[in-house]
Amino acid sequence: MHEESGPASGAATATIDPPKPRRIAGTLYRGREGMWSWVLHRITGVAIFFFLLVHILDTALVRLDADAYDAVIGTYKTPIMGLGEAGLVAAIGLHALNGLRIIAIDFIPGATRVQRPLFWIAIVLWVALLAGFLPRHLMHVFGGA
Amino acid sequence: MSDTATTTVEPPRYSRAPRKARGLEKRAWLYMRASGILLVVLIFGHLLINMFLGTGVRAIDFAFVAGKLANPFWIVWDSLILWLALIHGANGMRTIVNDYARGALRAVLLGALLVATVVLLVLGSLVLWTFDPCIGDTSSGVLAELCGAQ
Ligand code: HEM
Repeated sequence: MHEESGPASGAATATIDPPKPRRIAGTLYRGREGMWSWVLHRITGVAIFFFLLVHILDTALVRLDADAYDAVIGTYKTPIMGLGEAGLVAAIGLHALNGLRIIAIDFIPGATRVQRPLFWIAIVLWVALLAGFLPRHLMHVFGGA
Repeated sequence: MSDTATTTVEPPRYSRAPRKARGLEKRAWLYMRASGILLVVLIFGHLLINMFLGTGVRAIDFAFVAGKLANPFWIVWDSLILWLALIHGANGMRTIVNDYARGALRAVLLGALLVATVVLLVLGSLVLWTFDPCIGDTSSGVLAELCGAQ
């Protein structure tokens, strides 16, 4: 955040050379990891939000009609929905881990300089999370017992 | 971007948001981060119990939920997720709507977002705090005894 005014606040007219067009990477949000993590964060955030709307509605059935709740939750155990749940957990995992990266960048001095390694650390943790979750979940959905 | 001429810019060369708006926006900004940290614990706990341990999603039915909501700990846990996540998500969606929509469309989308959020906060809270296990199958087990008196 910019609390103090920079050198641009002088009254005189300044002469600025045009920006060099060669490199677009090198800033936090333009190009490469910084930009793609933002795109992923936005897409996963929207997906999770719409799921949350539906999830509150389906869970509300638990207050109204036990059989209706069981019927709706039953559809959550089908293969197609099971794959959807896998995708949802993947989305939440990525949003959460990259969210922690954003928070680290914002609050830990110097973390901005290592934002790219931090992104790849989040990805590694995400892969580990899914390696732990997915086989078990897919067994629950597709397996016999 | 192939322009090679030098550009002359009059001061001031930036515009700054008014103080008041910054205060509110800064609070929203802080809320996104504070709620995010709490949600990591709350949501991963939720997924661990409901989607991982035991037989995961297969185990979920009315009786499973009734068992959890018999414990005030889980009522509070789920209420925290409901409020923190829905407000976090809605505020994030507000940012996105402001990024992509203008004029009347923006107003309609923001209005719908606000209405949906308030309605679901009230609905979800009512479900969690007025839950009644006796609307389920009470023919046998603990519920037969517990609900028989009614
Ligand atoms: C699991 C823990 C979570 C963490 C650590 C987290 C973290 C964050 C952070 C740090 C931001 C950026 C805010 C900003 O740029 O000012 C954000 C944005 C957002 N979050 Fe989350 N979040 C979490 C869960 C959720 C959930 C459950 C939802 C949906 C209900 C959600 C939806 C969004 C949306 C829609 C945005 C806006 C994205 C954008 O502006 O591009 N998040 N989150």
